[in-house]
Amino acid sequence: MSLPATTWQTVGPFFSIGFSWLYRDNLAGPGVSGSRVEISGRVLDGEGNPVPDGIVEIWQANSQGKYAHPGDPQEKKVEEGFTGYGRVPTDGAGLFRFTTIKPGRVPGPDGHLQAPHLEISVFTRGLLRRLITRIYFPDESSNAQDFALNLVDAGRRSTLIAKQTDAGSGALEWNVILQGPGETVFFDV
Amino acid sequence: MPRAVDMLLRGRSSVGMNKIPGYRRYIPGTQPRHLHPSYVSSIKRAPQQPLVWLPHTLSEITGPVFGAEIADVKASDLTRQHSGEPVGERIIVSGRVLDESARPVPHTLVEIWQANAAGRYLHGNDQHNAPLDPNFTGCGHAVTDSEGRYRFVTIRPGEYPWGNHHNAWRPAHIHFSLFGPAFATRLVTQMYFQGDPLIPFDPIFNCTDDEKARNRLISQFDWETTIPSQALGYRFDIVLSGCESTPMETHGHGEKS
Ligand SMILES: [Fe+3]
Repeated sequence: MSLPATTWQTVGPFFSIGFSWLYRDNLAGPGVSGSRVEISGRVLDGEGNPVPDGIVEIWQANSQGKYAHPGDPQEKKVEEGFTGYGRVPTDGAGLFRFTTIKPGRVPGPDGHLQAPHLEISVFTRGLLRRLITRIYFPDESSNAQDFALNLVDAGRRSTLIAKQTDAGSGALEWNVILQGPGETVFFDV
Repeated sequence: MPRAVDMLLRGRSSVGMNKIPGYRRYIPGTQPRHLHPSYVSSIKRAPQQPLVWLPHTLSEITGPVFGAEIADVKASDLTRQHSGEPVGERIIVSGRVLDESARPVPHTLVEIWQANAAGRYLHGNDQHNAPLDPNFTGCGHAVTDSEGRYRFVTIRPGEYPWGNHHNAWRPAHIHFSLFGPAFATRLVTQMYFQGDPLIPFDPIFNCTDDEKARNRLISQFDWETTIPSQALGYRFDIVLSGCESTPMETHGHGEKS
């Protein structure tokens, strides 16, 4: 028996009523190992205007490259309190911000490890479905071999890589350009 | 459990890490295109570049896990979140969360949000000139049971005007958000009501080409879940992407930008 998957619909402008109880802007509690990073950025529309009614969801592995999910077959530990899930809204200036740890490398196709990355979903009024993208890290030599980055035209890869804003502080900037020049790469997942 | 990770575990010795069983891709036409000009907000927000087809890896076939403790009874009964009862017609909205092979998706988080009976959201940006209800917040969540069942008690939401075009009114609807077993199975949708005269005119409802797919967003009145002298029942089953039964090739047929 086969059923077709249910159709997506937009989150609309009032999703915060339903989503705010689960806002999580810190994925790295005190017991979680790894190097802390603060990632902030803006969601911008096709005219460069900030999107004040957007939401960004994060899914990531821990610093050992292990997901807090019963199906991750790797024999590695997940620290107490690490879920790998985050959810942050944009503010009036389209700005979002979250704190986490840099994830380790997780298995990819063909037995190769993927470069450290965060899985990202973007939801806003006007988007009939979520947009799916990834955040990679600057100064990461494994980016050059990452299979997903290599699926993307070289000229657009930089939209997936966060930028260091202040050397040594762990502060990174990564923006979501929904449309037009500099448009962020979105994946069909 | 309908999870690609179980397939991965079962098939590990023969499959290795070369090919991971992923989740099924959507059937063409059954999902909205990103750009749907009659929904005006999509015009400046829809991406213009083709999406890059991504084979599923461990990153996409895992996803956030929420325990049953995250949901209390109050969270699934939107009529009991305040000292008094909200105004409006009490309804029971229930159904099952299934995968594409019709297997239940157990222990998964379902979130809902909606307008009150007058068609007004408890949100600072809702400018509709209709009263707020001090006894209604309009949000809830529940975790499906071992058979994939969920159940909410709420108020039938009112229709509301919006600025999309002249005399635009949204049909009555409840917003749903689901996670499923993996990052790849996330779903946000809206549930409508059988017989609503506004449905044929709604650009959001109509943004999906496939008529059958659209109509599956309409809940069905249901005697079985109707409680005498208390509340009308509406059934709304939800289907999340199912896992591939055979390991996926590492290259798809989709576009690459
Ligand atoms: Fe709505």
